[in-house]
Parts: sequence; structure tokens; C-alpha cells
Amino acid sequence: MNASFVKRTLAAVAAVGALATGMGAAQAEDVKVGFVYVGPIGDHGWSYRHDIGRQAIEAELGDSATTSFVESVPEGADAERVIRQLAQTGHNLIFTTSYGYMNPTVKVAKQFPNVKFEHATGHKREDNVSTYAARFYEGRYVAGVIAGKMTKSNVVGYVGSFPIPEVVRGINSFMMGAWSVNPDVEVKIVWANTWYDPGKEGDAAKALIDQGADIMVQHTDSPAPLQVAENRGVLGFGQASDMIKFAPKAQLTAIIDNWDSYYVARAKAVVDGTWESQDTWGGINTGMVEMAPYTNMPDDVKALAAETAAKISSGEFHPFTGPIYDQAGELRVAEGEVADDGMLLGMNWYVQGIDAELPK
Amino acid sequence: MVRLEPRRQHSQSMVYLSPVLAILMTLVVGGIIFAFMGKNPLDALYTFFILPINNSYGLSELFVKATPLVIIAVGLAMGFRANVWNIGAEGQLTMGAIFGGGLALYFYDSESVFLLPAMFVLGALGGAFWGAIPALLRTRFNANEILTSLMLTYVATLFLSFLVHGPWRNPEGFNFPESRPFPDAGLLPVIYDGTRVHLGTAVAVLVVIAGWLLLSKSVIGFQLRVVGKAPQAARHVGFRQKRMIWFTLLLSGGLAGLAGLFEVAGPIGQLQPSISPGYGFTAIIVAFLGRLHPVGILFGGLIMALTYLGGELAQITLGLPNAVTGLFQGILLFFLLACDVLTKYRVRFGSIAAKGRTA
Repeated sequence: MNASFVKRTLAAVAAVGALATGMGAAQAEDVKVGFVYVGPIGDHGWSYRHDIGRQAIEAELGDSATTSFVESVPEGADAERVIRQLAQTGHNLIFTTSYGYMNPTVKVAKQFPNVKFEHATGHKREDNVSTYAARFYEGRYVAGVIAGKMTKSNVVGYVGSFPIPEVVRGINSFMMGAWSVNPDVEVKIVWANTWYDPGKEGDAAKALIDQGADIMVQHTDSPAPLQVAENRGVLGFGQASDMIKFAPKAQLTAIIDNWDSYYVARAKAVVDGTWESQDTWGGINTGMVEMAPYTNMPDDVKALAAETAAKISSGEFHPFTGPIYDQAGELRVAEGEVADDGMLLGMNWYVQGIDAELPK
Repeated sequence: MVRLEPRRQHSQSMVYLSPVLAILMTLVVGGIIFAFMGKNPLDALYTFFILPINNSYGLSELFVKATPLVIIAVGLAMGFRANVWNIGAEGQLTMGAIFGGGLALYFYDSESVFLLPAMFVLGALGGAFWGAIPALLRTRFNANEILTSLMLTYVATLFLSFLVHGPWRNPEGFNFPESRPFPDAGLLPVIYDGTRVHLGTAVAVLVVIAGWLLLSKSVIGFQLRVVGKAPQAARHVGFRQKRMIWFTLLLSGGLAGLAGLFEVAGPIGQLQPSISPGYGFTAIIVAFLGRLHPVGILFGGLIMALTYLGGELAQITLGLPNAVTGLFQGILLFFLLACDVLTKYRVRFGSIAAKGRTA
């Protein structure tokens, strides 16, 4: 018992010593950034855009930053190990880029108080855990306006991933945008129950077009639905990145996730020693949400889209401006008011007019 | 012309040597591939196979990762020996997690010491129930259990998805698709401080021992082996094949269910839409890598687990793509099957007619 106590104390002293030297080195030294991706970097969507952000760190910070990443990490028991391995291998800034990494990120963060963590799309923060996300719903409103102008059948096909607030918010925003220019638009929604599965996503798109949709919207990460739109001669929107090369005749615009400046700023903050835990939810005005060039539409629609995006960016207009009723007819946002972030973050209801049932 | 001729008598030692040989050849080919990718092959192999387990924490993670693989593979091997092809362990794992995890959610504020044992029982029952469906379809309607068990996997995963999106969704979880966290009384105790090695890992070792005893010492183990090797003879002496089908599907389903429960009550700690990165399918490779023998499966499970950990480290430290993990698993299985073929068959050059044989 005594011997084991001595052993443990010695080990603790050694560990503190190691930490101290490690910290000393980090001050003089650089940022080593680790990324955990939920999909392959070749998904051309979500994970791909995060990886572009990683490359931006390398380009901007040059020799003072090194980066590494682990792709296709399942949101389960494996995530915790991967995050811990990154922390153990000397990474002092770790971005975990999917909602399902939230609990493992917080758990590992408690064991590595000197490592900074950044969790995308989550809501749990610690002294060394920041959260960040983008207001994609702003881009979806702009897309909705375009769709309302461009549809001939008045049926929009929507490929959803999971019925979580992020996606439901996007559907509501998109439809309110569409109705602002065309009250007759209706939406058909298929839940693919995956973020990345080109086969399933493509099948969902085919089913929607067969039901009369002539505009394809997606909240999944691969270009497959847009490619189906291209092949079937209908229009659509790119997701997460500019997918124009997959659908030169079909893509109207794309809602681009741009993490570059955020990632560079956070890495610099670690180098400067100014990093603090915070919550960031950036929209079009911060550059986190970007619209790809407006293509395959007449000039007046282009102008309208650009104008809408500019109004949202300047704060002149908020996509969730009341009156907003839910499907049950209950007034959720009063006339002249805008939905607060708490309501947006927990949104689990469709706005009135959407003819579909939210999976419960 | 090249053809394969069955060996009249094949070397018993080769049966056990072939996995070792397969692993060695995988290392050689893997090294060559690394060299082509511009990496120092020795460095890369070191990163892949030694670095993950050169400290006690890494070793503990290896055990955590191998736990579900070993538990499931022992069950599957029983069936495979009797020519009962349960491909749906992934679904049985999911049902076990749902049944056992459901109990933890129902008693979400419980502090009872009986909660965890009750979850064990329900987890195993859930998996066995999901294994019973293909058993019933096979014995009553002669429906192929490969298809039915595989199809039921998708039913189970979608059922879990439905539950965590709907009735079992965490009321305090911002509507995200996940259940409440299990209460402490419903979590597997960690058996080695500072790691994630949980009670399930100890159970995995017990499962290996029990499986070995069952196979080598019990009557039903003997029947399993005979039914698989000589079904005609087995029928002749009155072994009932239907009983074998029921037994192996219930057993392998129950073990898979237990493994699923261990995942949600262990490293995960709640129910969420995806609880397994395909353990139920990987366990099939583990079963064959272990020669369908429980002790062999223990080693097979550890090796498969190592390829996952190594793949992650190869990404972090060498910048290799994630596909390397799958590549290694594929090469390993390929060489294993190749070694088996060469153990059972002899390669002959020249045509059949030349030797005057027609069959």
C-alpha cells in the first residue's frame, strides 16, 4: 500500500514535470491542429469544406502551424479514442466537426485542460471547449426565393438527413423564402437518415422527381441529389460546397460553408495565447455562409437573390420574421418580431403551410 | 491449365499455421504498399501495428475495441460450424442494445444494483429474439437464414433510429436524436482505473472459455461439429438439425445482443442512431480468422481491433487515408482464404484429361 502510494506520487510528479516542460515549449512554439471528420474528405460537402479550412490554416500560418486529421470517424465509441489520441500526440487545438462528437469532446477535454477544443454544431462548452456553427438557414432562405421563382410544377423536392433542429430550421427558412415570391409552392420531403450515402441520397432524389419535383434541395453531404437533378433535367442547389462541376446545367447556386477565416483566427489565437472559450454562430455577414455564383437563371432572379442575401447580411431582414405560425396554427413568432436564437436552435416544428408530418 | 485438386489428407498443423502465415504475408504486402505511397515501410508498419499498443492506455483501448468482436464471433462460430449462417449479428447487436438500454431509460433515475444485471438479461434476450426470427423462418418455411438475418439488420437499425428520434429522445437534448444518458447504475463499471476497459471485457474472456468448453466437452458441441461436417451422418444417428438451427441462432443472437448492450452501457453511455461501426459484420471475419475456435477468435479479435487503432494512428501521424484500414483487413482475409485453399487443395498444372480422370 505504502509502496504503491510512493509510486503513484512519483508518477504524478513526473507527469506534472512533463506537463510543465510541454507548456513551456508550447509558449515559444506553435499550434498543432487536429481535425476529426465524420465523412471522407472526398465527400465534396461537409467534411471536404472542413478540410479546406484546415488547409487554410497551413497556408496562413505557414511554419508556425502543423495540422493532421482523421476522416470517417463514426459518432460512437470510437470518437472518444480518436480525440484522445490527437490530444496525446501533442495537438493543442482540436476541431471535432460533427454534432455526435459532443460528449466525447467534453469528456476528453476535461482530461486535457491545456488542450483547446472546438466542437462544431454542439451546445456544450467548457473552459477549454468552444462551440461554433454557421447560420445556414440564411442561405436557405435565399435558395427558397430562387426556387419560388424558378419552379414550374410548384413542387420542390427536399432530401433531408435527420429531422434535427438544424435541418428543420433549414426547411422552414427555405419554404418561407419560396412563399415570399410564390405562395403556391409545395414541398415534398424524403428523409435519407444519413449524412453521407450517395446511393441513398440519389434514390431519394429520383423518388422526389418522379413525384413531380422540378427543384431539388438537399441537406445531405454528397453531390448525388444534384447529379440526379442534372441527369433528369431539373434544377437544384449545391450543398456545403460549390458543386457546379457536378451539375453545370442544374445548379442554381450553392450554400457554401466557409470555415477558413474562423479556423485561421482560432489557430492564431492559440499562437498568440488569446484563445478563449466562446460560442460562434456566424451568418452571411461573417463570411461563414457564402452563396455560390447564381447560375442557370434569368437576370431578374439573380438580382432578387443577390438583394435578398444582401438584406439578410446587413441585418435589414431576418428570415424568421413574424408572424410565424406552426402547423397546428399556434403563433410562434409575433408580428414584427424575429425568432430568438434559443427558438432557432431547438426548432422541432414545421411552419404552417408545409404539408408533411415531422418524424417524431 | 491450372486446377485445384483436393488433398486426400491435409496437414492439421497447417490449419492453425495458415492464419499466422496470412498475417506475415499481409505485413509484407502492406510494407510494399506503404513503400509505393512514399512512406518508409518499417516506420509505417511500426505506426500501424506497434505504436497503438506500446503503452498501457493503447493496450486498454485494444481490449475495449476487441470486446464486441470477440463476444459476437464466438457465437457466430458455433453456427458456422453447424452450417447455420447468421449474417445478421449487427441487427441482433442493435436489438440487444435497444432491449437492455430501454430498461436503463425506463429506470433513468434508478440507483438499484439490480439494474445492470437486468440489462444484461434483457440485452441477451433482445438479441436472441432477433435471432429467433430467422430460426423460425428457416425451420418452418425453409427460408434462407443468410437473407433473413441480413434483412432484419436494417429493420433493427431503423427501429433504433425511430426510437431515438421519437419516443426515447432525450427531453433535455435540444431535440437531437439521442436518448437520455444512462444512470450510473446502468453503466458498466470500469475495471481498470484511468482506462475504458469495462466489465464487458471480462465477460468476453468468460465467453471464450465457456465457448471452448461447450464446443469440446459438451454433447451439443459434438453434435454441432458433426452436423456441420457430415449432415447425412448426423441425420442418420438422429441428431435433429432443426434443434441445431434454433440453438445456434439463439446463442449467436443472444451473444450479439449482449455485445450491443455492452457498447451502449459501456463506452457510449446512451442510445444514439449509430451504436456500432459494423462490429456484427467484422465479427464474421474474426470468426474465420480464429478458425471458428473460441481461443483462436480471441486472438483474431485482437488483431482486427489492432487494424482499426493502427488505421487511426496512420492517419494522424503519417497522413495516410482512412481506406488503409479497410485495405489491411481485406488483404488479411484474402491471404487467409488463399492459405486455406492451398491447405485443402493441391494446385495442379495440366489438363484433367491428361491424367485420365473425369471427375
